[in-house]
Amino acid sequence: MSNPVIELRDVKKSFGPVEVLKGVNLKVYAGQVTALVGDNGAGKSTLIKGLSGVQPYDSGTVLFDGQEVDIHDPIQASQLGIEVVYQDLALCENLDIVQNMFLGREELLQKTLDEPSMELQATKALQSLSVRTVKSVRQKVSSLSGGQRQTVAIARSVLRNAKLVILDEPTAALGVAQTEQVLNLVQRLADSGVAVLIISHNLADVFKVCDDISVLYLGRMVTQIETTETTQNDVVGYITGTKSVED
Amino acid sequence: MTNQNSTGLNLAAQDIASGHEGGVVDQVKAYFARVKNGEMGALPATGALLVLTALFSYLSPYFLTKLNFANLFVQAAQLTTLAIALVFVLLLAEIDLSAGVAAGVAMDVFYLTTTFGVPWPIGLVSALLVGVVLGFVLGFFVAKIGVPSFVITLAFFLGLQGVALILLGDGGLFRVEVPEVRAIMNDNLPVWGGWLLLAIVLLVSGGMGLYDRYRRTASGLVNRPLSLLLIKLAFMAVVGGGVVYVLNLNRSASVKEISGVPIVIPIVLLIIFLGTFLLDRTKFGRHLYAVGGNPEAARRAGIKVVRIRITAFMITSSLAVVAGLFHVSRIGVVEAAAGRTIVLSGVAAAVVGGVSLFGGRGRLIHAALGAMVISIIDNGLGLLGLSAGISFVVTGTVLALAATVDAVSRKRSGGIRRS
Repeated sequence: MSNPVIELRDVKKSFGPVEVLKGVNLKVYAGQVTALVGDNGAGKSTLIKGLSGVQPYDSGTVLFDGQEVDIHDPIQASQLGIEVVYQDLALCENLDIVQNMFLGREELLQKTLDEPSMELQATKALQSLSVRTVKSVRQKVSSLSGGQRQTVAIARSVLRNAKLVILDEPTAALGVAQTEQVLNLVQRLADSGVAVLIISHNLADVFKVCDDISVLYLGRMVTQIETTETTQNDVVGYITGTKSVED
Repeated sequence: MTNQNSTGLNLAAQDIASGHEGGVVDQVKAYFARVKNGEMGALPATGALLVLTALFSYLSPYFLTKLNFANLFVQAAQLTTLAIALVFVLLLAEIDLSAGVAAGVAMDVFYLTTTFGVPWPIGLVSALLVGVVLGFVLGFFVAKIGVPSFVITLAFFLGLQGVALILLGDGGLFRVEVPEVRAIMNDNLPVWGGWLLLAIVLLVSGGMGLYDRYRRTASGLVNRPLSLLLIKLAFMAVVGGGVVYVLNLNRSASVKEISGVPIVIPIVLLIIFLGTFLLDRTKFGRHLYAVGGNPEAARRAGIKVVRIRITAFMITSSLAVVAGLFHVSRIGVVEAAAGRTIVLSGVAAAVVGGVSLFGGRGRLIHAALGAMVISIIDNGLGLLGLSAGISFVVTGTVLALAATVDAVSRKRSGGIRRS
């Protein structure tokens, strides 16, 4: 297998006396969907915040494309090609899809907004993900469903040429049909060569779409295992701590 | 996932529309679909304008006279400018209650400097600077320190009234002897000037419309039907032509002829044009709407939220000074009590026109239409000989109604989840 896009080695993070990450290893590969599962308080959010530069790790090595990097703020993470799609999506409802996808990165022509260029690129980004549920790229986000909003947020990372897209609970608030749409979207995102890391509590979703599963338990990576080589029952065991790799 | 196109539009599998597709009929249908979803835009204000005009024409023989017609525009100019000024903070879901008195203080500075022999353009720049500085301070308190804008601008509303009293001494009216300033509201363009103005407006609108179409075509994007642009231009030509024609007639009751488009009108049109350009076509404008819509999303997108907020307050205060200039031009005097009540009419005008109090929604032209509505109510009730009390009650009712419509339409556009 090729080199991982991102590799964490012995990453640690403490908040005061509380050690949240106790030496975590993780590899995420291009073109693959990796799940990050674990119970509440296992350290998933802390792990993600370190990768996105919001809360840098205390110690440990982060390799991006094989190069050691020190991610210390979100802008730098974004420049490397790491995009996080947060659960609350961070979209402006009063703006349309194009405007949201280019928010903060507007393209200019003679100091004014280059709308045709942005509209074209946004349309292409959505098409590259075979998005068919969106009526018009000039629709206001307020008129979109939860699944469509998730789609826009994910497409935004495509537009930014992300190499690693981190999705925080992408299906948590969605119905059955919309969950299906978003999972398909995630699959296509990975097929296009992007490394995808999904945080999820929904094991059914994880088994449907993920290539491998990493389980955090109380700040330690219990296992990183290929989906085909494990079962939901085993993963539940890893998450709750009733099962360890040695068993 | 199968090909479920949730809409009626017939698209090839890979196509995503842009809202520019289809003929005139499709476009009109799409417009009404948006209205139904709570994006009412200029519709309520335009409707109110037509109804009020019909009503007052029926009730008062003086309403539709040439003189009153011109008066209406001049009266509305000041309120329009103030309402436009307020849009910039309203878009952020903030408010500036001190805009009126800030303009008053700035015009006191104008009066004092010009009275002491400073040339009027320098006096005017000083007045505008007062607006810029006051706006910066307000914006700083709101954006950087986090004082609610309602409270800090209320504090300035009170404090600046004191400053006006200190600057001008005790009470009284002070004449402003600057003919150039008096001319803004009292003099008119020559007859040909009105037609030239109309020609410029049509040329600029048409030119920008064609340029946008050209750019879309060059990028390989679909355009709305050309006839839509032509209909819009024809509409502007007819309405604008009618207005210019009536304003060009002699409206004097005495021997000395009074005719032409008041000088203030091209100034207001220029302000609307520049402001709309800033909001619709620049990064700053886009970011202003974004901060108004979802500050957290804007911050995460790398937008400097504090800077946007402070700038908005600076624009509001500065444009409010221009509104104050129009006021002084019309009545010819400054006084310590200036600008105390008009700010609420300005907010009312913006909201009646369709600018949302919840931020992120509204355009300058909406505020201008709203200002026309409020001005017509004021003017019409005055002509009917009703007391000022009635006028306040009616304006208050209209504001309450508009705010209710705003709240309801916000619920509708934000609450519906369709897939």
